[in-house]
Amino acid sequence: MFDLTGKRALVTGASGGIGGAVAEALHAAGATVALSGTREGPLQELASKLGDRAHVVTANLGDPDAVEGLPKAASDAMGGVDILVNNAGITRDNLFMRMSDEEWAQVLDVNLTSAFRLSRAVLRGMMKARWGRIVNITSVVGQTGNPGQGNYAAAKAGLVGMSKSLAYEVASRGITVNCVAPGFIATAMTDKLNDDQKGKILGQIPAGRMGDPAEISAAVLYLASPEAGYMTGATLHVNGGMAMV
Amino acid sequence: MSDIADRVKKIVVEHLGVEEDKVVDSASFIDDLGADSLDTVELVMAFEEEFGIEIPDDAAETIQTFGDAVNFIKAAV
Repeated sequence: MFDLTGKRALVTGASGGIGGAVAEALHAAGATVALSGTREGPLQELASKLGDRAHVVTANLGDPDAVEGLPKAASDAMGGVDILVNNAGITRDNLFMRMSDEEWAQVLDVNLTSAFRLSRAVLRGMMKARWGRIVNITSVVGQTGNPGQGNYAAAKAGLVGMSKSLAYEVASRGITVNCVAPGFIATAMTDKLNDDQKGKILGQIPAGRMGDPAEISAAVLYLASPEAGYMTGATLHVNGGMAMV
Repeated sequence: MSDIADRVKKIVVEHLGVEEDKVVDSASFIDDLGADSLDTVELVMAFEEEFGIEIPDDAAETIQTFGDAVNFIKAAV
């Protein structure tokens, strides 16, 4: 349905469940993809599964120099970046009163600051091309809050405010900036929860199940498509009805 | 008119879609040539590329008119 032939997409956190699915969906629609993540093994595996039009650009987004180098590496590999998906995210959960400055800063650096710096870097090419798509992966907890995730929820809510501000600035240049806010999706990140925690969470989800990464990547694919040109500054909530906002 | 001024004028005319005779030394990008703040950022980017120079943000802020741009670039290249 959506054709991304000739578009070049940089996806961060592509070694994770959602990022991998996003890369696959964009690639299947015809895009060239640059897969970024910290672990080269899974990225290479995904790239060889995808075949042509897939590049691996490893980067640890907790390292400021790596954030600086990533857009250039992606651009060198693909000839430019038309679509940026800021998906990389880490958690350092702790009760607020016990949360260290380091836990706070690490999560803000990777989940929010890197998205700002990567977006800023790719905008120049998008402005010249008068076309661009930035999709930031946030989280239902950015909207609802979550005990033990003060840092993560702050970063995710921060992405929403950042996206709206940037969306204002570049809308007249054919560039859209949107967010996708997943609820609980079955990935390695949510695998860490025990059965008791999972049971409690499922009780709050009208759909009665966790989401599949492909249900997130479908939303990203839409926002990345030419058809979504009139949608900007928005957040698509994909959460099985867990938070109807 | 110098080569640099011609090249700067060409960029301004193309980017802002204004008549060439409106682009005089005293013409303000925003007040006279209809640029918005993002246009001025794009113009600076275009100057940087055309002339292979770096225009730092604090210098970019001082470039208000076509004449400012030409003078800055002449000094920088």
